Amino acid sequence: METNEKSELMVCDGNMACAQAVLLSDLDVIAIYPITPQSTLVEDICKFKAEGLLDAEILEAEGEISAMGAVMGASAAGGRTFTSTSSMGLNFMFDTYQMVGLSRLPVVMVNANRELSPPANVAASQQDIMGVIEAGWIHIHAENCQEILDSIIMAYRLAEDPDVLIPVTICYDGFYLSYLREPIAVPSRELVREFLPRRPRTVLGFNPPTLSCILATDSEAAELRYRHQAAFERAKDKIEKIDDDFRLTFGRSYGGLIEEYRLEDADIALVTMGSHTGTARVVVDKKREQGIKVGLIKIRVFRPFPQERLVEALRNKKAIGVIDRSVAFGWRGGHLYRELRTALYGLNIPIADFIGGLAGHDISIPLIEKVVDITHGVSKGMPFDEVTWLAMEEQ
Amino acid sequence: MKFRLKHEGPWAEIEKTLDMPTGKWRYRRPVVKFNKCSQCGWCYLYCPTGSVSVERDPFYIDLVYCKGCGICASVCPVDAIMMVEEV
Repeated sequence: METNEKSELMVCDGNMACAQAVLLSDLDVIAIYPITPQSTLVEDICKFKAEGLLDAEILEAEGEISAMGAVMGASAAGGRTFTSTSSMGLNFMFDTYQMVGLSRLPVVMVNANRELSPPANVAASQQDIMGVIEAGWIHIHAENCQEILDSIIMAYRLAEDPDVLIPVTICYDGFYLSYLREPIAVPSRELVREFLPRRPRTVLGFNPPTLSCILATDSEAAELRYRHQAAFERAKDKIEKIDDDFRLTFGRSYGGLIEEYRLEDADIALVTMGSHTGTARVVVDKKREQGIKVGLIKIRVFRPFPQERLVEALRNKKAIGVIDRSVAFGWRGGHLYRELRTALYGLNIPIADFIGGLAGHDISIPLIEKVVDITHGVSKGMPFDEVTWLAMEEQ
Repeated sequence: MKFRLKHEGPWAEIEKTLDMPTGKWRYRRPVVKFNKCSQCGWCYLYCPTGSVSVERDPFYIDLVYCKGCGICASVCPVDAIMMVEEV
């Protein structure tokens, strides 16, 4: 763990790491409603407020839809805002969630990725967040607790950039990260405030009187969508640049849009997103020792989808194995597989999809070893199933 | 590609609302019978588009923006406003 004299080493779970980032980011308004596995985050934030450590106004909303509604108003009025949710809470929030997205308000929130019901369960999966990938938000997935904290700080810089102005959701797998305790470096408040200067933007006001959520004619509506899409393209470069600035200030870096691990000389590649990336790293090391040239790509940013970086990194690979933690109903595989196939269209690389980790199912080392073995076989020309359901293979 | 909007995102100065003559949506218009009007001001308060003004003839209705919803006629305590179909 890298620390310097300006940071403090703490043992935190994912929710506490997130609360620490909230404490550091100089917020004005927080509106929250608890839901497992994000509840302790709400408790931590309220505890900070009770102890007088947090200046921000806290609104205990009566539901997620109004939590996001409150945040929307506060952000439109010029405040720096935060909210958080999970699973069915995100579903209930959807109305105001997409309004914030389409309003281009620089809100930052976290989602502790959790499975949807039915079947009734309270367990990890990325099914919830995949339901809202096209609501006009930037989606960043963290691999560990340190990355949660760092990503939130970077997210404010990104969302408030005048060339971007898109809200950001930081996603981390529920339970696997929300309740995982790890040592993390908590940077100093001064350093973070220096990293997050207040930038001017259009806000509600009287001088001159300003409107948000305007009525727009058809060509103006098209212009709004066009410019929103263009801002997503600009965000790709900004994410790389902010990651670089973050490394210079705090000494940690996450590769920007994607992170490559032992990929350069690899024949086959694994593609993962979220907490199981850590397990996949272990498997890559193990398989390398056995002589299989396998590398790994962690997708950090799902929206905007990092097509250019992925094409660059994967263009010479012989086969790709994707691990999905969600099901894209009506399409054969998962969301990551669907997006990756689209992004790599024309490259003619065989891609095998592996769906695992639904409803808290453990994507274990033996299962990822199996993924590597199958993908290795694919690279040798062996026949393969387009989609393999890992939990059902175990039985 | 030509951009018409000044801001990033769905923002505008207040004048933007004047660009949209919502009166075009109307299929019926309010007609004020000034001899019956008691000048209570309810239509002025209730009009959702702010189309009733009290500066000129009380109560003058701006037909460029009046959508013809009929709320003014409903709230008028002395039935001085009548909704008449547009032809």
